[in-house]
Amino acid sequence: MEWYDQLLQYLITGITTGAVYALVALGFSIIYNSTEIINFAQGEFVMLGSMIAVSLFPLLGVPLWVAVILAVAITALIGLIFERLAIRPVRNGSVINLIIITIGGSILLKGIAVLIWGKESRSLPAFTSTEPIKFFGATLSGQSLWVMAGTLLAVILLHYFYEKTITGKALRACAFNRKAARLCGISVERMVLFSFGLSALLGAFAGVLITPITYTAWDAGTMLGLKGFCAAILGGIGSNPGAVMGGLVIGIVESLSAGYLSSGYKDAFAFLILLLMLYLRPAGILKKKLEKV
Amino acid sequence: MLKIKNISTFYGRIQALRNVSLHIQSGEVVSLIGANGAGKTTLLNTISGILTPGSGEIVFEEQSLKSLSPERIVRLGISQAPEGRQIFAHHTVLENLELGAYLRSRRKDREQRAQDLERICQLFPVLDERKNQFAGTLSGGEQQMLAIGRALMARPKLLLLDEPSMGLAPKLVREIFENIFRLRKEGTTILLVEQNARAALAISDRAYVLENGRLVLQGDARELINDPEVRRAYLGKDYREVWE
Repeated sequence: MEWYDQLLQYLITGITTGAVYALVALGFSIIYNSTEIINFAQGEFVMLGSMIAVSLFPLLGVPLWVAVILAVAITALIGLIFERLAIRPVRNGSVINLIIITIGGSILLKGIAVLIWGKESRSLPAFTSTEPIKFFGATLSGQSLWVMAGTLLAVILLHYFYEKTITGKALRACAFNRKAARLCGISVERMVLFSFGLSALLGAFAGVLITPITYTAWDAGTMLGLKGFCAAILGGIGSNPGAVMGGLVIGIVESLSAGYLSSGYKDAFAFLILLLMLYLRPAGILKKKLEKV
Repeated sequence: MLKIKNISTFYGRIQALRNVSLHIQSGEVVSLIGANGAGKTTLLNTISGILTPGSGEIVFEEQSLKSLSPERIVRLGISQAPEGRQIFAHHTVLENLELGAYLRSRRKDREQRAQDLERICQLFPVLDERKNQFAGTLSGGEQQMLAIGRALMARPKLLLLDEPSMGLAPKLVREIFENIFRLRKEGTTILLVEQNARAALAISDRAYVLENGRLVLQGDARELINDPEVRRAYLGKDYREVWE
């Protein structure tokens, strides 16, 4: 393999995982915008989506795509329930209290996952049995294509939702000025509920997309959640384009460091980026200065 | 239409309103004047449900507003153009107006919404010209018109205006007040909060004067404009003219 083929291969791997981080980061961004909370249970939504799909698939004997859609829908519902039970009762509490509650929620969801599914790793078959595609000197697996296409679709739909639908516009209005939004008759409570559902949906979607490649387990969400958090911080928390860009950068950096240095260092590089960002540019790359959204 | 009985509102332990009572009849323009920090904005936010009164009662068209959310209050027909305009800067002018009609965003209300939009564009032609611009790029006066337009998009029975002339050049202040006067002619019921007492009194039927969270004076706008106490405290410039 020539050096450029190798580089291309690393880039493909990086963009695939990066796309998943981008979806997780979008979940962080959506909840942050409506509540200023960093939802540390975001990774658990990813895990739940994949675990539910893994159990539904052989259990119900349904086609894979049905299991995947059901798993994403069920996880979105869990996101809504999470907001109702854990966040709404203390919605007037301080942001830091609410963040600690999400950490508690994350531990609880992991515990429930161990009880239901045990500790072994599981996997899903690839969505389609497409032959890997030769792309110049590198290979692109069918599932990588699904991940990239799925992420692209999610980003486009999300953009459409925020820019063109009245609910999306109302969500942005809430993020920009909560009081003015309430004076327009927009229910902030409902928008917060909605953003938890939407984040859980995106997280679960990320989970089902990546599971055929990386396997899943009760604790798989923790690392994905943290990487998504790195991505969100890198792009500027609360910025959707930033989240996507941050996700891709983290994915590519990881893949390059795993390829050229050692795969043991790949996590370290993601967190190194997080620390550097927090020291040097806490508002993220895409934001000019730290400002309250 | 609106009756406020003995309202007291607190910020934490600080009392911002003390036993305030007032009423507004349908079709009236009532102004609330007073210095900075007198509690004018607090009173509007209490009516809108942003703040909860510690005691007292607010009744709108026979219904108590007690513990209703701001959304419910907008639905009942009270909408507010808040202090400092607070438009959505990253939305377009048109989107701001759409959000004003948020509670009527279903498909069946489409025609009604289009009518309201047309009416507001007639009232404020500049909004029509700039409807695809981001609201943050408008001038202060245009933003104020947008804030009023957004509040009108909710089809309010009662419109609350909080300091519409704040921070505007005299020419624009005039324009804003002319627009309020036009709304009054169309029969809109308005509660107007103003520091610019003279302009407010000139277009109002009645007025209340708020001082340190208490109502100290009330009456017919034309009488108040000649009241020596009001002239001394709020129409300072005029008073000097009389003196000299």
